[in-house]
Amino acid sequence: MIMGSQKPIDEIWAMVKDFNRVLVFGCNTCVAVCHAGGEKEAETIASLVRMRAQQEGRTMEVKHLGVMRHCEPEYFEPVMDEVKKYDLILSTACGVGVNFLSDRTGTIPVFPGINTSFFGSVEAPGFFKELCAGCGNCIVHLTGGLCPIARCSKTLMNGPCGGTNKGKCEVSNEIDCIWYLIVERMKKLGTLEKLSEIQPPRNWATSRDGGPRRISLEHLREYEEKEEKAQATGGKKQ
Amino acid sequence: MKSGSNLEKVIASGKPAVTAELGPPMSADAHEVVKKAGILKGFCDAANITDCQTAVVRISSIAAAALAFQNGLEPVVQMTCRDRNRIAIQADLLGAAALGLKNCLCLAGDHQKFSAAGKLKGHPGAKNVYDLDTCQLVGVLKKMRDEGKQEGGDALEVAPRFFIGASWTPMADPVDFRPINLMKKVNAGADFIQTQGIYDIEGFRSQMEKIRNMGLHERTAILGGIIVPKSAMMLKYMDSSVAGVSVPKSLIDRMNKAKEAAGEDKKKARELQEQEGIRITVELIHQVLETPGVKGVHIQAIEWESAIEGIVKAAGLYPRPTFD
Repeated sequence: MIMGSQKPIDEIWAMVKDFNRVLVFGCNTCVAVCHAGGEKEAETIASLVRMRAQQEGRTMEVKHLGVMRHCEPEYFEPVMDEVKKYDLILSTACGVGVNFLSDRTGTIPVFPGINTSFFGSVEAPGFFKELCAGCGNCIVHLTGGLCPIARCSKTLMNGPCGGTNKGKCEVSNEIDCIWYLIVERMKKLGTLEKLSEIQPPRNWATSRDGGPRRISLEHLREYEEKEEKAQATGGKKQ
Repeated sequence: MKSGSNLEKVIASGKPAVTAELGPPMSADAHEVVKKAGILKGFCDAANITDCQTAVVRISSIAAAALAFQNGLEPVVQMTCRDRNRIAIQADLLGAAALGLKNCLCLAGDHQKFSAAGKLKGHPGAKNVYDLDTCQLVGVLKKMRDEGKQEGGDALEVAPRFFIGASWTPMADPVDFRPINLMKKVNAGADFIQTQGIYDIEGFRSQMEKIRNMGLHERTAILGGIIVPKSAMMLKYMDSSVAGVSVPKSLIDRMNKAKEAAGEDKKKARELQEQEGIRITVELIHQVLETPGVKGVHIQAIEWESAIEGIVKAAGLYPRPTFD
């Protein structure tokens, strides 16, 4: 899921201090799991902002709210009238939520309350780890199910660099060298010889390098359009 | 001849090749490059011109290589995957070839984090590129040279004719994968290989045995890496902190003895350690060259280029072969 972490309160304060009515708006899916931006965290941030406002002698109305997901209209449309009463929305959703709201709030600004960090796992309570880079062209069937794009500091495709030290990455001894783990795993799977094949230069157009990406499921969109038409003309569902 | 470079000619002659290293300065000081080129000229067959080693901004490898070349030293351009995408890499290498440069060593490149080591601020917040990795970069150079095509497939009317190199760390983790790692670089088209610094000669020989069994030593020219030790402290640091480098205790003890022999005299301690470092280097050169399958040595005297002349002479590798 999408992992994030709260921005420092000083940074948040610098963003919100000139506004009078602020809504801290949480998202109860991914960022709630990593304790960064769920409704509970939105409540805490709202209290911190209120305290800071008091300390600084600023009169501000700061409220909080949460919905299940910020990235689908059906979840926040019911609360949009409420949301639009404020002159700033501090969204504690991931960057997707911040963008999605910004596209829909007219003249009300939406600012980020968290830093969206990565697609990751819950390794242990309170410990989250990046495991996928969303590069749009998955190749982990060639690497023992472990991703060198997300987990190698140099996104190397043909094996480890010379910087592997005691199984750790040259960037930090707290980072596993993923190529070390890939080799060990492929030995266990009996597929090490697959790594002898040279992986050619990648087509990064499926990644961020190709511009913002979209997925369009034509069959579903056609169905939805038909249904809307049918409803508009009073017909029955097909 | 693939490139006609001096390095390629020496290797083809069957004589042991000697390459050295020239680190460009952290400023626009052309004189520094010319000075270092003058120091190395005649004592090596070609000198690697590092490409912002440890991610520290310096005169670019190609520009410094052109300066060295104009001053009579054959350069090995270094090209890392860290700072350029395939468009910039190919454009720069076409430029390098147009300037008459004939050797290119392909590297992944040290992570930008290293630029902030010691007293340097560096650029640890830089964005790295890694559009290609080393193996892919070797393949791109080979395709440009042998097929006359850019990576994307467009034709090159005049192909860059590089003698293509890659690095190899024989003893880094995972050790049993390292021979496969070398094989991939050779299959991709590496004509020569320069290894990470070797102190643990037994470890290196055991890896070389595997390389010979795979026949790789006949498909590429392996130059064993020698990092000239300057002090006991440097050896200890390399042993503990440099990936793929382990230094036998006996060598560290020798350097410690040299240091202690000077008593409290710091200047003398430095001199004695440097002398011992050169003796160790010469021994390592012989041991590496005696290893079957090795075609030469790559001697790195980091920020100590003046040591090369004495080392090459003491190792019996002077004069260097010349060709008409």
